Amino acid sequence: MIKQQFEISAGYKKWTNILLGVGGLALVLGIIFLGMSKDEVAQTRFWASLLQNSVFFLLIVNASMFFICATTLAHGGWQMAFRRVPEAISSLVPVFGLLAMLVFVAIVFGHRHDIYHWLDKEHVEHDPILKGKSGFLNPTFFMVWSIIAIGLWSFVGAKMRKLSSEADQPMEGEQGAKYIVKNTAWGAAFLVIFGLTVGSTIPWLWLMSIDAHWYSTMYSWYTFVSSFVAGMSLVVLFVVYLKNHDYLEYVTEEHMHDLGKFMFAFSVFWTYLWYSQFMLIWYANIPEETVYFKPRMQGAYRGIFFLNLIVNFAVPFLLLMRRGSKRNYTTLTFLAILIILGHWVDFYQMVMPGTMHEHYSLGWFEFGILVLYAGLIMHFVGKGLSKKPLVALHHPFIKESTIHHT
Amino acid sequence: MALKKFVVGCFEDEKVLFPAVEKVRKAGYKFHDIYTPFPVHGLDKAMGLRDTSIHTAGFLFGMIGTTTAVTFMTWVFTKDWPVNIGGKPNFALPAWIPITFELTVLCAAVGMVLTFCYICQLAPFLKRHHFHPRATDDLFVMVIECSEKANEEELKSFLGSVGAQEVNTQVAEEGWWIGKYDEEQELYKEPNIA
Repeated sequence: MIKQQFEISAGYKKWTNILLGVGGLALVLGIIFLGMSKDEVAQTRFWASLLQNSVFFLLIVNASMFFICATTLAHGGWQMAFRRVPEAISSLVPVFGLLAMLVFVAIVFGHRHDIYHWLDKEHVEHDPILKGKSGFLNPTFFMVWSIIAIGLWSFVGAKMRKLSSEADQPMEGEQGAKYIVKNTAWGAAFLVIFGLTVGSTIPWLWLMSIDAHWYSTMYSWYTFVSSFVAGMSLVVLFVVYLKNHDYLEYVTEEHMHDLGKFMFAFSVFWTYLWYSQFMLIWYANIPEETVYFKPRMQGAYRGIFFLNLIVNFAVPFLLLMRRGSKRNYTTLTFLAILIILGHWVDFYQMVMPGTMHEHYSLGWFEFGILVLYAGLIMHFVGKGLSKKPLVALHHPFIKESTIHHT
Repeated sequence: MALKKFVVGCFEDEKVLFPAVEKVRKAGYKFHDIYTPFPVHGLDKAMGLRDTSIHTAGFLFGMIGTTTAVTFMTWVFTKDWPVNIGGKPNFALPAWIPITFELTVLCAAVGMVLTFCYICQLAPFLKRHHFHPRATDDLFVMVIECSEKANEEELKSFLGSVGAQEVNTQVAEEGWWIGKYDEEQELYKEPNIA
């Protein structure tokens, strides 16, 4: 029997509620013991951790829409069999965008210069470097540009999802060709917006400005790839879950193989960008540039620095290289979870050295917020999946996907 | 140099070829090879060929490249000719990554191509028997070797029954040779229009 409609099972609901409960508890305890604490370090820990998680999860759900638009623009057909999954994940962008905005408002208007030290006006006055950057790094521009970026991702994303719903109805004659053109145009619009935000400005504002004196031209690409490979892993997790529960009957080993290739290729690409950023700084050895890697490589973050490379490069590279492991649900699931956690740690080491310095901690609160976000993802993606049929049966490219062969 | 007897069946279309391949397998005949004008997805599986090991070979060639690069540079920069370059340590691993990468890719790629050519017995100046001049153009050519189990007459009628349009027997050299093609072996012949 073909199951076209996803129904949230009791087990799925139970796990969602457990994750939400544990995560919610961690957030409440965090507000009481860290956020409202008199201790400066505890407060910084609270906000830095919220910043890391809200940015990371917003970017990885947004990566789903990037995947959809990139494949649409390339006139790819193979992804049609499971395209509703990244669509459901991308429907989280407005929700996580709102959460991220709440954190930004609290940090920027709460003048938390322990997070972004360019928020300290008096300090900026006496700092020629920060003064020179103040046209870009100021509260107004930060807030306005963040709102525009999140708003555009949500708007164009919603448009793409609405277009996708049209393919549930039969199309006649030339309608299909027109439909593809419309899809391509909106997909292209999204990619341009994406390039101007995630591909450049947004990581500068949200993450790179933590180390405000330092800059790197590789940073945005690096952040984007980090979020994209984690986003693809999230898609893999949901596709495997649905396959195991007898949904998505058109998805075969061939599709899993291609998704595995995405995880493999972009893990390698992430390493390439990581190395490109690191190597030039290491080689030139200029103090104003090495200041970024000093605490990470030789200071308190040494363990995390090398863990980052092992988990995000060595393990996926060696384990995903074989053809068989890209076609095996168990190895794919294991590596997808590993990659998501690995890039969560990657974002952790982007945020913490500039905010917490050597007093960092990776404990109940950090993992609690991670669990809260996992619960939110399960809740909203489950809801998003159950709203529509799982396959757009009348999409012009659906046939191409059902006979897909690598 | 060993001449062997082959039964050759020609198919005009993959849609006919695939069911035919299945029937030939079921009947228990062993393929010598199937020559197609373009790569046909899924034909290897239909023929029952095992997965290729070329990726394992590629990995091993790559590892040879990696170790060569790292050990050679380590020897040069730490033992043989240590030079102070910009105050960097002599064992400057980050600076060696590009060369290590290049050598890994070079060894893997060249090694795989050579392995592939060796397995397929391809090289400049080597000649191999062509079963049909149209095999590289628009014809799917299935070749089965005659043996005790595969009788020539039976095979011919069998191939005809599964949809082959042209069936013939050829006695041909199985491996390669260096030299010339004989008259009938010319790769391209003007069609005889009477």
